[in-house]
Amino acid sequence: MRLSVVKVFVSLLLVLMAGGMVLGGTAAMAQTAAATTGTSTAGMSDSARLSALEKQQADNATAIAAAQSAGDNSWMLVSAALVLMMSGPGLALFYGGLVRKKNILGTMMQTFAMMAVITVLWALVTYSLAFGDGGGSLHAFIGGVHNAFLHNVGLTPDKDYAGTIPLQTFMIYQLMFAIITPALITGAFAERMKFSGMLVFMVLWAIFVYSPMAHMVWGKHGLLNASLGGMFPTLDFAGGTVVHVTSGVSALVTALYLGKRLGYPKVPMPPHSVVLSFIGACLLWVGWFGFNAGSALAASSLATSAFVATHFGAAAAAIGWSAAEWIRQGKPSALGAISGCVAGLVAITPAAGFVTPMSALWIGLIAGVVCYLMVVKVKAMFGYDDSLDAFGVHGAGGTLGALLTGVFANSVINPIFGAGKPTGLLEGNGHQLLNQIVGVAIAWSISIVGTLVILFVVDKTVGLRVNEEDEREGLDLSQHGEEGYDWAH
Amino acid sequence: MQKIEAVIQPSKLDAVKDALVEIGVEGMTITEARGHGRQKGHTEFYRGREYSVDLLPKVKVEMVVKDEMLEKAIQAIITAARTGKIGDGKIFVSKVDEAIRIRNDERGEIAL
Repeated sequence: MRLSVVKVFVSLLLVLMAGGMVLGGTAAMAQTAAATTGTSTAGMSDSARLSALEKQQADNATAIAAAQSAGDNSWMLVSAALVLMMSGPGLALFYGGLVRKKNILGTMMQTFAMMAVITVLWALVTYSLAFGDGGGSLHAFIGGVHNAFLHNVGLTPDKDYAGTIPLQTFMIYQLMFAIITPALITGAFAERMKFSGMLVFMVLWAIFVYSPMAHMVWGKHGLLNASLGGMFPTLDFAGGTVVHVTSGVSALVTALYLGKRLGYPKVPMPPHSVVLSFIGACLLWVGWFGFNAGSALAASSLATSAFVATHFGAAAAAIGWSAAEWIRQGKPSALGAISGCVAGLVAITPAAGFVTPMSALWIGLIAGVVCYLMVVKVKAMFGYDDSLDAFGVHGAGGTLGALLTGVFANSVINPIFGAGKPTGLLEGNGHQLLNQIVGVAIAWSISIVGTLVILFVVDKTVGLRVNEEDEREGLDLSQHGEEGYDWAH
Repeated sequence: MQKIEAVIQPSKLDAVKDALVEIGVEGMTITEARGHGRQKGHTEFYRGREYSVDLLPKVKVEMVVKDEMLEKAIQAIITAARTGKIGDGKIFVSKVDEAIRIRNDERGEIAL
């Protein structure tokens, strides 16, 4: 009885599939219209042949555009996923391993909360603020609210931003940047920030610091937008100023405002698991290909350039930091090597799609050494508790990278000002370095002012720092009622 | 009944365990520990900061033996654990009032 029911069902399926194939043809199953392979024009009049050929031409053009889009869109969606991976678990692990055991979950939750909260905020309003075209007289600084709730952010491309991919792909890709930027700041106030205060702080920061900065560098009519005719075109391929300088400088401001951790610097607070940080750093390195090469916004040879530059920058910086450490301290540590690689990735971020592979090696090497000195000498000199070196690596590395971009940018790699027009200092355009300084200065300013105001507001309302008892107990228990490691089970 | 607590180098654990089993000591409890005697620690570097670490990894082996077995057990441990350098560890002996087997209520030396 059961077998015959199965037989009938399978037969029915086969009949339907066969019918579908006969009636629908391959067109029913294809994602895009297939180009016709050739039209037989034998026996037609000349005008009829012409019409047929013109139609063929149009069909072919459509098919080519579709193929281009398919390639670009698939790379961009993968890139978006890679950048999200940089936040979770990349950054979560990297930072998590650097804090004390009692704060592991608290630290990871800070990054994870960004993945959730910034996403919703982006959909509601911050995408529009960053990339909208409704800023009116202020459109050099902000995008307005015309695209709030992702209004008009559909599947057709926006040719100013990325002409071959759906606008929603661009939107989701940019979202991943908006997520990781505030997550980076958490490194400065690690182990002492209230979860509730942090949430309010980040929402305000995303609106008042990140969105305007992103708009100025990447948005339509942006003051610093090098691709769309900004007044001070700042070369920032993937976010050296937008992401790293803003987060790094804001991090320094919060570290200074909140003050040092209890017991710092006398009480030893070494990382509880360099193993976790190591895993996180490797995920960051791989994910960064999405961050930098994806910023080409297409699966193009520019993406290749950025990919290569990114990788070379990371490698050279790891060597630079390790060499400096080996010389100065006698042994190259694992923590130093991975920190160096991150510093290199930060520095190459603004330069990735503008420099040659050899220049990328130089940028990486310089960044590795400079950031090492920032972290081991400058921090101790000034005595601030930038717990996880968000300023030392991202603030300093981003600033350095943005300036070096003005030095090494080359029109052969990216003719952003026009084919053959010198782009960077070494190519003969010293003026660009001035533009880079303007961009960096604006990033520093908006970060310092914006962050200070927001810190003050949140401090007086929700409160920023955990109380002493909660800090001693650890964030896992005091903020989240959990223990990251339960030795009893 | 005597309790022996031996704090030894982690690398000597296998040798000590084998030596004890060989002389007939079948039960023991082993814990990971950290500590130091006169042995100095070492310095570790994280992001340029120097941390002096004087809590060194050790292993503690605890066992309760019959009075007659005490000297043999001590000698077995010393022979297996000694390297001659500072950091070899220490053995402490104390009297045990009672030993009980949880499974069947046996008490005294037969519970060992």
